[in-house]
Amino acid sequence: MALTVDERLEELWEEEPGLGSVLSTVDHKSIGKHYIYTAFAFFLAGGVEALLMRTQLARPDLHLIGPEAFNELFSMHGITMIFFFVTPMLFGFGNYFVPLLIGARDMAFPRLNAFGYWIFLFAGLFMYSSFLIGRAPNDGWFNYVTLSNHQFTPALNIDYYTLGLVFLGISTTVGSINFIVTILKLRAPGMSLNRMPLFVWAILATSFSVVFALPSLTMANVMLELDRRAGFNFFNVAKGGDAILWQHLFWIFGHPDVYIIFLPAVGIVSSIVPVFSRRKIIGYLWLALATMTTAIIGFGVWVHHMFATGLPTLSMAFFSAASMLITIPSAIQIFAWLATIIAGKPVFKTPFLFVLGFLFVFVIGGVTGVMFAAVPFDQQITDSYFVVAHFHYVLFGGAVFPIFAAIYYWVPKMWGHLLHEGLGKLSFWLIFVGFNLTFFPMHILGLLGMPRRIYTYHAGLGWDGYNLAASIGSSVLALGILVVLVNFLLYGLRRGAPAGPDPWGGDSLEWATSSPPPAYNFVEIPKVQGTEPLWDQPELRDIGFRARDVEMTLAEGHDTMGTTVVDAEPESVLTMPEATYTPIVTAFGISVVFVGFLTLLLPIIVLGGVIAIGGMMAWLRPKELPE
Amino acid sequence: MFAVSAAVILLVTVLILVGIRPRLKARSELETPPWSKALMVGGGVIFPVVVLSVLWVLTLHDMSALSVPATSPALTVNVIGHQWWWEVRYPTQGVVTANDVHIPVGQPVRLNLTTADVNHSFWVPQLTAKTDMIAGRLNTMWLQADKPGVYRGQCAEYCGLQHANMIFYVVADARVAFARWMSQERQPPVQPSDPTLQQGQQAFVTSACTACHTIQGTTANGRVGPDLTHFGSRVSIGAGAVPNTAGNLGGWIIDSQSIKPGNIMPPIQVDARQLQALIQYLESLK
Repeated sequence: MALTVDERLEELWEEEPGLGSVLSTVDHKSIGKHYIYTAFAFFLAGGVEALLMRTQLARPDLHLIGPEAFNELFSMHGITMIFFFVTPMLFGFGNYFVPLLIGARDMAFPRLNAFGYWIFLFAGLFMYSSFLIGRAPNDGWFNYVTLSNHQFTPALNIDYYTLGLVFLGISTTVGSINFIVTILKLRAPGMSLNRMPLFVWAILATSFSVVFALPSLTMANVMLELDRRAGFNFFNVAKGGDAILWQHLFWIFGHPDVYIIFLPAVGIVSSIVPVFSRRKIIGYLWLALATMTTAIIGFGVWVHHMFATGLPTLSMAFFSAASMLITIPSAIQIFAWLATIIAGKPVFKTPFLFVLGFLFVFVIGGVTGVMFAAVPFDQQITDSYFVVAHFHYVLFGGAVFPIFAAIYYWVPKMWGHLLHEGLGKLSFWLIFVGFNLTFFPMHILGLLGMPRRIYTYHAGLGWDGYNLAASIGSSVLALGILVVLVNFLLYGLRRGAPAGPDPWGGDSLEWATSSPPPAYNFVEIPKVQGTEPLWDQPELRDIGFRARDVEMTLAEGHDTMGTTVVDAEPESVLTMPEATYTPIVTAFGISVVFVGFLTLLLPIIVLGGVIAIGGMMAWLRPKELPE
Repeated sequence: MFAVSAAVILLVTVLILVGIRPRLKARSELETPPWSKALMVGGGVIFPVVVLSVLWVLTLHDMSALSVPATSPALTVNVIGHQWWWEVRYPTQGVVTANDVHIPVGQPVRLNLTTADVNHSFWVPQLTAKTDMIAGRLNTMWLQADKPGVYRGQCAEYCGLQHANMIFYVVADARVAFARWMSQERQPPVQPSDPTLQQGQQAFVTSACTACHTIQGTTANGRVGPDLTHFGSRVSIGAGAVPNTAGNLGGWIIDSQSIKPGNIMPPIQVDARQLQALIQYLESLK
């Protein structure tokens, strides 16, 4: 009995449905959805933390939440949003869409991909388990020494932080390496670097940033943990350690991390703008180069977080200049998008509204960002609520608005149903108004002298009204986010109209296959000739489900195509691994090791090590080759 | 800076509005209008380069203008951050106080900033930018008030549980008033003759208070908490937690934990009569 090509591919690629598949999947699309679900759950947790804080700060001298709980809340809010929401959320979209956008059938290392997800989930649970014993991290997401030294915070709060982030770092690192290799080696034939979708450029830039920035954070955390648990003195001033060293190590990671968060979001914007402006993006090459330039200059600005620590003037002048310089690639991007929108004929669907909201909010965050590069201004305003306002405009405006745009843009592709447009617009306006009402008054609070990270304030300082406005705004914002969630659960998962392969008239390859795509993504690996393959090559529009060139279907085995780094010339046929439990077992073993380090119980460490090594051995066992 | 920022935001908003205006005639999808590249390069490169160059030069100018005061400071004050209060020392005059920084009006004052424990940051928004106090380091800054008054300051670097209640006041006095204050601070307080005050002093020196607090002229010489020698003239109790009134002082002595949870002062067991005497005595220490 002869199978058609798509039946044959179906047989080769489809994973058994059920719980087993949830745990053993190596399909980038399933893993992408795992990431998105989990990251959204952390987003809700971080949001609840924020609402509790805003409730406590709504009026002066409130005692709803004591200082201990408040400090844990603001620390966990930052840690959650930065490490467990934004990056994993964007990695989730990256996981799902990078292979589709480049015409591949999976990520380069599917098992490593699954492993990265499980580590992320377990690290998140590890970090949140701290609440169960009432010892959540309480020294902020920045965890400055000497407050985080054993002498001043002897309890486990800080150990959860250091171990949790080293733990999570494994996930982010393997994820980034996987993206880099996937993007450089698995692009469809003809998709040379200068034809790559801008979202893919952004994920590439971010992944390189992670690989170079994260070791600094991991290192700092290992050093601090050695200080705390093994009597080392890297940060112990009394024994000749240095308190500023932590700040350098942290921000050498921390500032590039801003771009690690921001760049993929920018990539989302660059994907959405041309589709809803109904024209090619203007300045493709400029945008691609701006992305890479931002990633590189992002490594040269970390000291602007430390202008008040008493640094030499010359060094401050240098970092002031670098911090101003990094505005330029962002400005290029803003004006390229504006030019595209003005030259196009925009269609006002929800994803595009979120992009317009992003443009407005991000520009406000951008100009206040430039202010921090002016050293004397920074020294006045740093560590005040002005900073809280600024980075929420940059991070919520710069990353979360695009994430919502991506949800409205890509959910129809991922689950096959269109979201409700009316609810979509309602959610946009609630979020836009709520966001500005929450965070704009914080600029003024900062200028009025309200410092960050305080659990209460006295009446009569002129801060009351602005704080109340911010607290009311936070509820409006939360309501908007709730509408997005309801829209997804109600319409995205079942009730929404069928999306069809291409609901938006998109320009990139993910719209050339069904919604949701089959396990093998495309029946035929496409041959790409430009930056907007679906607009330029009508023959590609049904490449997801119809084979023309049997050679390009690679239906002999569980295969995808390897191509050359720069020009994407076909180079090899790569056989991809099948679903397996080895990644989750290995990740579980590593989690046990970290629990062992937390509790300092050697048997647990050994047990975890045995599980992890066993999992890895099963993982790496060579498959017998067919004769 | 704010004006330029507002102009940039306005410009982008106008361009967004231009972008989303209703179109009368549709443009071809492939046509790239000639002005579009100009908009991108002009707005994205030329405009920021010009504005930022000017801003950077102004930044350098202000940095050098602010780095040293016009005249060399005659007075030096050492401020030492503690969890969660401020120790204030006038090394030349040998005066020690806490949570209030008295300075003379119209002249620059040098501040030596250090910390006894974790990082803090010295910030008086109305007078000057902030400078961090970092473990193992000495940072210096200068401060000048041009008008007499009480200026509120607050710790700006997160320092743990009671970061919110690490407040201080800069009291800027006219030169004569400052000199009067200084000469008073240099004297130990007058030994009380009033029996209630004597009883209060007795209660103080025979209690656990002396383990942490110093009152000059008595046997109390603890160094853990603020020096209380001239407590009666301080603006606040508990580093800005509450105003310095007799009622607040009583509450603070009996249970400071309910006012400033987590501070290291334990509740003090005293009977009502002793408490009254103690309050009167401490408030008399001008």
